[in-house]
Amino acid sequence: MSAPGHTASPERYLYFPGCSLKSTGAAYEESLLTMFRLLGAGVDELEDWNCCGATSYMAISEHSAFALAARNLALAQRTGAHELMAPCSACYLVLMKTLDYRKRYAQVDQSVREALDRAGLPTTNGVRVRHPLEILYTDFGAARLKSMSVRKWTGGRLACYYGCQAVRPYSEVDDPHQPTRMEALLNAVGVPTVDYTLRTKCCGGSLTGTIPTVGVRLNYELLKEAVRNGAEAIVTICPLCQFNLDAYQAQIRADIWKTLEVPVLYLTQVLGWMLGGEWKELGLNRSISGAKVLRRWLTAPKEKEAYV
Amino acid sequence: MSSSTDTNVTHGPNPTTPEAFPVAQGPVAIFTKAKDESLIRRRIRYQREADVGWMQRLAAQPGCEGLYACIQCGTCSATCPLSIYMDFTPRRVIQLVREGFRNDALRSQTIWLCASCYACAVHCPQNIHITDVMYTLKREAIAEKLAPKRFPIPVLAGVFYNMVRNHGRTSEFWIVLRLMLRTNPLGLLSMAKTGLALLRTGRMTLTQERVKARHELRAMLPPTEEVR
Repeated sequence: MSAPGHTASPERYLYFPGCSLKSTGAAYEESLLTMFRLLGAGVDELEDWNCCGATSYMAISEHSAFALAARNLALAQRTGAHELMAPCSACYLVLMKTLDYRKRYAQVDQSVREALDRAGLPTTNGVRVRHPLEILYTDFGAARLKSMSVRKWTGGRLACYYGCQAVRPYSEVDDPHQPTRMEALLNAVGVPTVDYTLRTKCCGGSLTGTIPTVGVRLNYELLKEAVRNGAEAIVTICPLCQFNLDAYQAQIRADIWKTLEVPVLYLTQVLGWMLGGEWKELGLNRSISGAKVLRRWLTAPKEKEAYV
Repeated sequence: MSSSTDTNVTHGPNPTTPEAFPVAQGPVAIFTKAKDESLIRRRIRYQREADVGWMQRLAAQPGCEGLYACIQCGTCSATCPLSIYMDFTPRRVIQLVREGFRNDALRSQTIWLCASCYACAVHCPQNIHITDVMYTLKREAIAEKLAPKRFPIPVLAGVFYNMVRNHGRTSEFWIVLRLMLRTNPLGLLSMAKTGLALLRTGRMTLTQERVKARHELRAMLPPTEEVR
């Protein structure tokens, strides 16, 4: 049996947090950094990054939205990196789209190039954008995660929720129609998952804030279907999905479903836990819904704690 | 029929010279009497009321070239998680664009309800980037001031845009506060519970986040904004 972090691996990743991982998604950042540390990989934060623009900036101005996102890629380029890791689905999509549109449309490329040039930043379009799920699956792999896993899962079955922008429209993270990589990784480290039919259905994004009747309803459907399929918690790869499913359960409880208490975790929290991470350094104390369920699952008395 | 006259035959009306054929004037159709309007409400517009060149102009924009290929199969509406809340389904919006019903498309709530989940785009059998078409319509609605008034989604887009443009980063607390003050100040009360839960779990800051090199943003963004 292996001890935590025994493999000294040469992986180093440049990391673009985005606004969510510094606020509502703080647990995602904490667990991501902890998980990569336990895997023996280094993670460096991109210096002076800016907001990717998400969906709202693109709705007002197209070319300046691409210029805004391109600044982050140019900053990464300036450090000499070839890759940039973007854990937030919205950031990932916007950065991927910027690379794609600069390649496909000369007029986009030209205006972005001119904008970068005015700021004295590198103008080439050469950084590869990567999502942690794809990094975990291809750079590390299920077998390596299994060999480094030190805990036995003492919690319930999980529904893997991929959401929208990480898997669509670009298909590098996983299959856009039927993604399965989260299940593959979790099952490898001994975490049971259920068949979740709504795995790629949209959580509504900011609709929970703008038109709550519509946004909260979408999240009710997602939670209901997870529970109907036998899941006791949901695991996500996006800070907005996690926030929507986690923070609005009180409202759903008040409206329609009195007993609803479903923990909503990040993939990095579950994997980090299995790799031997601790409660606080994985941000497990930041859950709003199902906090008691989580405590019952993951803090067994010391003598009973199931190390394999 | 001689071959010399065949070369002058045009198929369908020529939009550049509408005076070449009789055109109905005003809102009442020429084939119905005024009193029939109360019984039969016309759903289809006459050509003079439509912007016939609009689709060509949109299709020239990045991501919208697929508009020509739509077969009106409705896969987009079927996969859309929000189509049940929309005033026009995505399939209908595409057809409004193709027929030049510019006002109806730009004033619709549909384009704002689109949450950019890209389900339609990956399922479309004709590979139309419907999400990008929706973005193009959003931008045109904002530019033409046709977005539905006090509808929270375009207001959020504007608040978000201004914050990122000025500071380079977003702070959720200030975005939500500005959005609610502009659209639904009383709604702040119902949001207080969620806000407190976020503060308690250390997931919300009350300060405005900023990038250091804001001069780079000022050099980059404003000159790019007029390009369409």
